[in-house]
Amino acid sequence: MQDMDPGFVPPPYREVLLTYHDGSVRKVYVTDREEPYPDGHLIVSRTNCDGILTHANAAFVEMSGYTREELIGQPHCILRHPDMPKAAFADLWACVQRGEQWHGYVKNLRKDGGHYWVYASVIPNVRDGVAVGYTSVRRKPSRARIAEAEAAYRDLD
Amino acid sequence: MDDTLQFTVSPDFPPDRLSGWFVFNTWLQRQLGCSVHLEMYDGFSAQRAAVADGHVDLIYANPFDATELVRHRGFVPVARPQGKSDEVVIISRASSAQDAIEALQPGVRVACTTDPDVRQIGLILLEPANLTPADLTLIDTDKHLLSAKQLLKGEADVAFLLADAYDGFSKLLREQTQVLVRSAIRDIHHALLAGPRLTARAAELQQKLVAMGDSATDRQLLGELDFPAWEALETEDVEFMIDVIDTLRAGA
Ligand SMILES: Cc1cc2nc3c(=O)[nH]c(=O)nc-3n(C[C@H](O)[C@H](O)[C@H](O)COP(=O)(O)O)c2cc1C
Repeated sequence: MQDMDPGFVPPPYREVLLTYHDGSVRKVYVTDREEPYPDGHLIVSRTNCDGILTHANAAFVEMSGYTREELIGQPHCILRHPDMPKAAFADLWACVQRGEQWHGYVKNLRKDGGHYWVYASVIPNVRDGVAVGYTSVRRKPSRARIAEAEAAYRDLD
Repeated sequence: MDDTLQFTVSPDFPPDRLSGWFVFNTWLQRQLGCSVHLEMYDGFSAQRAAVADGHVDLIYANPFDATELVRHRGFVPVARPQGKSDEVVIISRASSAQDAIEALQPGVRVACTTDPDVRQIGLILLEPANLTPADLTLIDTDKHLLSAKQLLKGEADVAFLLADAYDGFSKLLREQTQVLVRSAIRDIHHALLAGPRLTARAAELQQKLVAMGDSATDRQLLGELDFPAWEALETEDVEFMIDVIDTLRAGA
């Protein structure tokens, strides 16, 4: 995946090298700005079995800061924030590959270096008994739950 | 069983659409060239029992019931109402200090119909206030209007309503309330589904329904149901909707 473009990130920001599960690395730029979750919306995306984005609804596109064209065909980890522990996503993948649902609180990274918190559910798309991809639906979490997740993730890394 | 096809409509349809559904049923009979009986069940459980007994061949289903019908009862998707999705509003009294979702506290009294979509989506809209079903006192009502009345009488603090029903209330009634949140889910909608006795003709029916949008008289008929046209609904469309609904059933 391409490094983030700092031209879209209003300073001050910090630069972080993210290493993904497959060993690839990406340079990302992170600010402290939080984008408020849009009330009443669900943020929906779908991926193929390899985690490549195949569908994103309008709320997903808007919250990510990217255009739809920039998102479709990219790995879902384009949204990975450096504050998210690897263990959370390892658990996500283990769960959905067993055919189960996964739920958790996720901090996502925007194209402009800001972030937004979601309560995410990921579910395998089973058609004729076979998983053909995954769907994720996100809801607006409460501040209390976000605070708990922040504390838990700080301890995990 | 005789050859009459059994058609039914999700009991959450607005009451002023009743005659529109009967006119649509007449249209169906003419198009299918057989007799079709429209049965309006008094509530979701009566309708579900009829489905379980094999007494339903065509149903305009609530999205949450569509899951069961498609995944477990052999129904196939035919069409959806164009531009219509199931959205929910949460309202309080206009004078209430409970003027935002985040202002709601445990113990809040919620008036709500037993419609599965309204209840489930309403609960999700309360999650940002860190409220779970255990924090709520739910007051069941039969009609959205009765939910609003519970609210105005002070017997409930908020009400969950189908947004369509709320928007159809009189101006006077709406002015006595405030909307704390309105969902914008879009991906969840009612669906016309064909049961096992009708699946062989589902494609033909779908074609005829979609063509209604091309005829001024048919469009007028659909206007009585409050949507402009039927849109073809494919298996993958409804499977996707079911996947989304499945994620909503799990609590935060
Ligand atoms: C349907 C689906 C949705 C996902 N949504 C997100 C997401 O919103 N944010 C995120 O960082 N990772 C998401 N992931 C996980 C990523 O695929 C990836 O595992 C994660 O970003 C960590 O990257 P890594 O596994 O390459 O280390 C999702 C995965 C799936 C299958």
